[in-house]
Amino acid sequence: MSAEIILDVRDLRKSYSAATGAFERGGTDSKRRTMAVDGVTFSVERGETLGIVGESGCGKTTLARILLRLIEPDSGEMHFRGQDWRRVHGADLRALRRRMQMVFQDPVASLNPRMRVGAVVGEPLAIHEPQLSRSQRRERAAEMLEDVGLGAGVLDRYPHEFSGGQRQRIGIARALILRPDLLMADEPVSALDVSVGAQILELLDRLRREFSLTLIIISHSLPVVAQLASRVAVMQAGQFVECGPAEQVLYAPQNPYTQALIAAVPEIPS
Amino acid sequence: MPAKSRKSYHGNMAMRLDVRGLSVELPTPNGWVRPVNSVSFALAEGETLGIVGESGSGKTMLSLALMGLLPPGARARGEAWLHSPASTENGSNANGGGENLLAESSSEMRAARGRRIAMIFQEPMTALNPVMRVGAQIAEAIRAHEPGLSAKEINRRVLEALERASVPEPKRRARQYAHELSGGLRQRVTIAMALAASPSVLIADEPTTALDVTVQKQILDLLENLRRELRLSMLFITHDLGVVAQVADRVAVMYAGRIVEEGPTEEVLRRPAHPYTIGLLRAAPRLVREKIVAIPGTVPPLGSLPPGCSFGPRCDRHIPECDASAPKLANAIASSETHRARCIRIGAHSES
Repeated sequence: MSAEIILDVRDLRKSYSAATGAFERGGTDSKRRTMAVDGVTFSVERGETLGIVGESGCGKTTLARILLRLIEPDSGEMHFRGQDWRRVHGADLRALRRRMQMVFQDPVASLNPRMRVGAVVGEPLAIHEPQLSRSQRRERAAEMLEDVGLGAGVLDRYPHEFSGGQRQRIGIARALILRPDLLMADEPVSALDVSVGAQILELLDRLRREFSLTLIIISHSLPVVAQLASRVAVMQAGQFVECGPAEQVLYAPQNPYTQALIAAVPEIPS
Repeated sequence: MPAKSRKSYHGNMAMRLDVRGLSVELPTPNGWVRPVNSVSFALAEGETLGIVGESGSGKTMLSLALMGLLPPGARARGEAWLHSPASTENGSNANGGGENLLAESSSEMRAARGRRIAMIFQEPMTALNPVMRVGAQIAEAIRAHEPGLSAKEINRRVLEALERASVPEPKRRARQYAHELSGGLRQRVTIAMALAASPSVLIADEPTTALDVTVQKQILDLLENLRRELRLSMLFITHDLGVVAQVADRVAVMYAGRIVEEGPTEEVLRRPAHPYTIGLLRAAPRLVREKIVAIPGTVPPLGSLPPGCSFGPRCDRHIPECDASAPKLANAIASSETHRARCIRIGAHSES
């Protein structure tokens, strides 16, 4: 029995013109291109958690933005829920987009500070389910906030009143209110303290089970990825240098870069 | 015995920094709060003390107080005796010789700072001037502490400082600007600058937190080499238990302004006694895929600390007596004088 492939990516490429100095532009005639994503191929099964790990500049954030269709790749194919993800437009794109949601390092930082939590969390519904009344949206937002452990009592407060961990919960609530199939989390705990980060990782794992989510966790931290991922991809210079079951990548890494990355993690004696 | 094990605690080593009852108080609209509350510790020559804590623990305020860099309006109480190698050799500091960093006026402080105690930060760009070549900045630091050196001598010392921080091609790098350097190189430059005047104590506040893990390893190795070569005493502030395991001889865990547990690093990490330390260790993601367990709740705001033990409301071993008064530091295990924790249930839970 093989599980359903929810996301399938073939030979994805994206390059940027390489600027040669701080005050120079690369220019279109520049022969020097930086391959941000350089032939990435992978697929994700429904319900699994894929961890993508890499250091700064490896291309992991560019890859995430391509997967979300925020930027266009130069070439390659993407299929999401069986549809040609690069070629859906208009209403189809909107319908499919709600199936793939994102949480950021500090999701609230990019939101309107004058919007109350209830509106922040309910806003995606206003776009994707315009038939809902204001009070229905509010009710759904309240349920969602309950699910992420904040409780409906926070509906009328402002995001800035909350701590980092609580803001991350608000971001997760906003991402999940549309009941996506796939949730992508880019550095979801890097800005958080250890004890609070652990709460968020626990929450993501619980919600994955409760909402039958497929998760993609992107992080610079191998230990963070190790907590949740069933499969791990190691990215370096735009390529997946190693990708496989988490146990194998973490405990029997084949690629020299993966080995170096693991060796560099300062270990806590136990 | 593991090869990494170092001569622990003070033994015969000379004391470099002796902090006694250091408190920092900040004015707020609702009265004074105390981000650092009666913190005491000692740092020997060539020793690294790790200060571990989450945001709001007071670890950064503690280092700013020692550097005389507290925000306006803040006040520091207590004593922080800095013993220079010279004063130790003269035997003039039987008890409390040297200088009290907290008592010195700002002009004296400025002379002492950098000369004997220096600091590096998480984000090197905050310490580097973006419109000045990095060599010129190191030269400035040398000149400030040793006026009267010739230009040639200063230039030689700049290159020496960069070499000491293992900056490759020091001549070329000295002529570059901070933005032309990678994050790791920038941190090496701030280390070179901090060490330019040969301080005996270095405070490192999350110096590798913003760096990639492979670069972090290089910087930690560099600091370790410098510690050994220069007999540098280091106060290493971090939230990362893995980093502290790698660099620190001893560790002090801070929570809500107090040290709640302290002792030799290996012992504290392997046999934690305070419920907060235990919780922190369980919550830290590791390569080994053991299930992490979060600590419920968050660090209490300084303005409304709970009565008694500050960790009480988040603690799974909480009993009513915990709220009566703030517990004192006590031996974590009967056999150890150096491993101490601030929990009234010590003994009760280590035996159960």
